[in-house]
Amino acid sequence: MAESTALDVQGVSKRFGGLLAVDDLSFAVRENEVLGLIGPNGSGKTTVMNLISGLLKPNGGEIFLGDRKISDRPARIIARAGVARTFQLVRILPSLTVLENVIAGAVFGHKRLWGRAVRQFALRQLERVGMGHAVDAPTASLTYIDEKRVELARALASDPRILLLDEWLAGLNPTELQIGIDLISSLREEGRTIILVEHVMDAIRSLCDRCVVMNSGAKIAEGTPEQTLADREVIRAYLGDEHA
Amino acid sequence: MDILITGVLLGATYSLIAMGLTLQYGVARIMNLANGEMLVAGAFGAFWVFTTQKLSPFTSVAFVAPGAFVLNWLIYRFLLRPLVRRAKNRGMLEVDSILATFGMAFAFVGIMLLVFGGEYFTYSYLDEPVAIFGSPFGLNRVVACLVSVALCGLLYLGLNATRTGMALRAVAVDPAAAGLVAIDVPRMSTFAFALGGAVTAVGGIVLSTFLTMDASIGIVFTMKALIIVIMGGVGDVRGAIIASLILGLAETAVASLIDPGLTLAAAYLLFLLVLLFRPEGLFGRRQS
Amino acid sequence: MTRRETVSVAMVAVALAILACLPFLVDGYLLSLAVGIAMYTVLATSWALFSGPTHYISLATAAFYGLGAYVVAAGVDVIPYAVLLGLAGIAGGVVAALVGLATLRLSGVYFVIFTLGLAELVRQIVTWVQNNLTGSRGMYVLTEITERMIFWELLALAAAVYLIGWLVTRSRLGFALRIIGNDEVVAAHVGINSAASKLALFVISGTFAGTVGAVMAPRFTYIEPSIAFSPELSFQVVIMALLGGVHRLWGPLVGVIPFTILWEVIAGRFPTQTVLLLGIAFLLIVYLIPNGVVGRIESAIKLAGRSVKHG
Ligand SMILES: Nc1ncnc2c1ncn2[C@@H]1O[C@H](COP(=O)(O)OP(=O)(O)OP(=O)(O)O)[C@@H](O)[C@H]1O
Ligand SMILES: [Mg+2]
Repeated sequence: MAESTALDVQGVSKRFGGLLAVDDLSFAVRENEVLGLIGPNGSGKTTVMNLISGLLKPNGGEIFLGDRKISDRPARIIARAGVARTFQLVRILPSLTVLENVIAGAVFGHKRLWGRAVRQFALRQLERVGMGHAVDAPTASLTYIDEKRVELARALASDPRILLLDEWLAGLNPTELQIGIDLISSLREEGRTIILVEHVMDAIRSLCDRCVVMNSGAKIAEGTPEQTLADREVIRAYLGDEHA
Repeated sequence: MDILITGVLLGATYSLIAMGLTLQYGVARIMNLANGEMLVAGAFGAFWVFTTQKLSPFTSVAFVAPGAFVLNWLIYRFLLRPLVRRAKNRGMLEVDSILATFGMAFAFVGIMLLVFGGEYFTYSYLDEPVAIFGSPFGLNRVVACLVSVALCGLLYLGLNATRTGMALRAVAVDPAAAGLVAIDVPRMSTFAFALGGAVTAVGGIVLSTFLTMDASIGIVFTMKALIIVIMGGVGDVRGAIIASLILGLAETAVASLIDPGLTLAAAYLLFLLVLLFRPEGLFGRRQS
Repeated sequence: MTRRETVSVAMVAVALAILACLPFLVDGYLLSLAVGIAMYTVLATSWALFSGPTHYISLATAAFYGLGAYVVAAGVDVIPYAVLLGLAGIAGGVVAALVGLATLRLSGVYFVIFTLGLAELVRQIVTWVQNNLTGSRGMYVLTEITERMIFWELLALAAAVYLIGWLVTRSRLGFALRIIGNDEVVAAHVGINSAASKLALFVISGTFAGTVGAVMAPRFTYIEPSIAFSPELSFQVVIMALLGGVHRLWGPLVGVIPFTILWEVIAGRFPTQTVLLLGIAFLLIVYLIPNGVVGRIESAIKLAGRSVKHG
């Protein structure tokens, strides 16, 4: 397939004091692809998401959105260019209502609605993630799973071209997980590009076109889920030497 | 050359104040806007001892230091710890402690106005010249500098060579992790706050030997201490000392070249440069 | 506009009209009290416009106010008063913009520290300029402006603050500030320019404080740096806004009225202890009613509502 590149990560590194959390990492995501970013705990996946969304600046390397360099731009500019995300540790705006939390995503960024239009649009996103019943609820009353849904609705409200999901499926029960997987694949049908950090292997197998596997900040494998999950080094990274 | 020496003498004295605030802000995480008032209170103690008891102002350390320690201990224990408890996160604590200590600052000024009145107070102690490299300097300034250097050295040793000092530094770096290794964080914070208050008050004694003060001047010293601590990098003792010297030099330069009434402007100018170019402090690593 | 909004606007308009008649009914002591209330209403409300949603505590009101007063003092003999009012507002806004540009992209602590000494800094500079240019300590502000006119001017400013506040609340800018106050990281990730939004509001509040200083200048007759840049003013504005509550546009008003009156009594009865009492009052408010009276009442209503539902 000769699809164009949506996001290109080129030799990116990130250092926290003495710790090299991301080590000369490169990968590309094609337009309308679902890419899984996997690896054991602490391998640097969230840090990569933070580098892409602009929350952190890399110490070296560059990131391109299409042919536009974004690694030196602030998060708000990257958001306006059509990158939206959820956070591993959910970030809900506590003093806003559920609907306002979602509206927040559609006003200042890639999508810039206001007034009646934004309410309707935000409502649709809430319904889409299955939260249509709790529109005016205060956020304090939400369960953790509901918070995650609201956060996804907020990300969707910007009509993102690239969606970054950091362990969004973690903690769901089997029914919810299936609903979640269906939701993500429907997002992909709409033409969005998705980067998925996930530990849930079923989700990775059914959703991802390709996977990038990280360990200690570096890429150790890349390919289809079947290939990468069977890779000896990947197994060693996850389970230790004796299993490889 | 004169500017250089006067500036260093002044800067060394400032480093004592900066130490006080570093303990309070760096360790106890309280942005104490009433810091300068504690300093002025110490200066009043020295003034009182000198004018009424005819003793060396430095003898007032005997009651100022323990008094300030106890007072600050009580303040932290009963006024600030409730705020630490009720704060849901660091940001809320910051807002609350700023407001609370701002209120305290005014209350202190009010008390001092009641007790001492609104007059300027100054006394002349060791007001005789000594020659350094051929030029005369006030002996009081030289003594103040030496006393400050000695005290700073003592504090530095205490922080680096004792168990309590280790614990304090651990809390400064990461209160949560310090708690995990069985350091009593609330107790250490209280201690740091009290000690910081005592150091600040002693700094007031030292400054009063050569500066004129009044009851409402505390805010100027609060500003200076805050600027030094930020310029040095919060919690960074070495940075604070260097920042103190820089501030001392800058103020002396402005005072002797332009106008002694503009010293705060000099401090602000430095602050502005720090904000624009090195908000993380002189030696701080850039946080992202 | 919704129906409710139309009603509120109408009510505010009527209230303003009634208040505008006040100078015909009272004078002397009561009128000066009314001027005090109107002045603090403008200052505290515009302060809360910025500090309420962002939690950035500005301690610099006196700097803008003093600057405004000085603009009038310096120009009163050569420039028409109305123009001076505008210039004072601009001066306040420009200084606020400079302070904001230096600090608002950083964490709130830097901002607070910068504003803490700002009044003192401007005072030192003004004193220095005065000493070197005019050679005198103070200046006379002699105008024909009466207390009545000052009251009307302040009333007009109050109307303007409420109007702007209301417009901001309804606007994207107001919504952006609420998001920033909740979580700056989220704000950045939904595309908000936090520094610019905060700057806009801080400039608005600086402009108002500068204008108020200019409006009040004729009342001083003689202006001296230590009077114009009194730190107590910044302090009182913060107290009153917090007492009332900063999360509603009309919250500060609820604090301003009782506090100004109380303060008149206290300042009259214990003139030497005002600073101490001010400090204590402030501490009481911070500790006992952190969300202000309005916040208290609202949570009480919410609680009552909940117990009715469940009861
Ligand atoms: N802001 C930070 N400051 C210092 N160290 C950090 C910071 N963020 C992450 N780290 C460190 O970087 C490493 C990588 O962390 P990261 O959160 O990216 O891992 P992860 O792959 O997302 O792990 P998990 O699967 O547990 O979410 C970890 O060792 C972590 O402690
Ligand atoms: Mg992670």
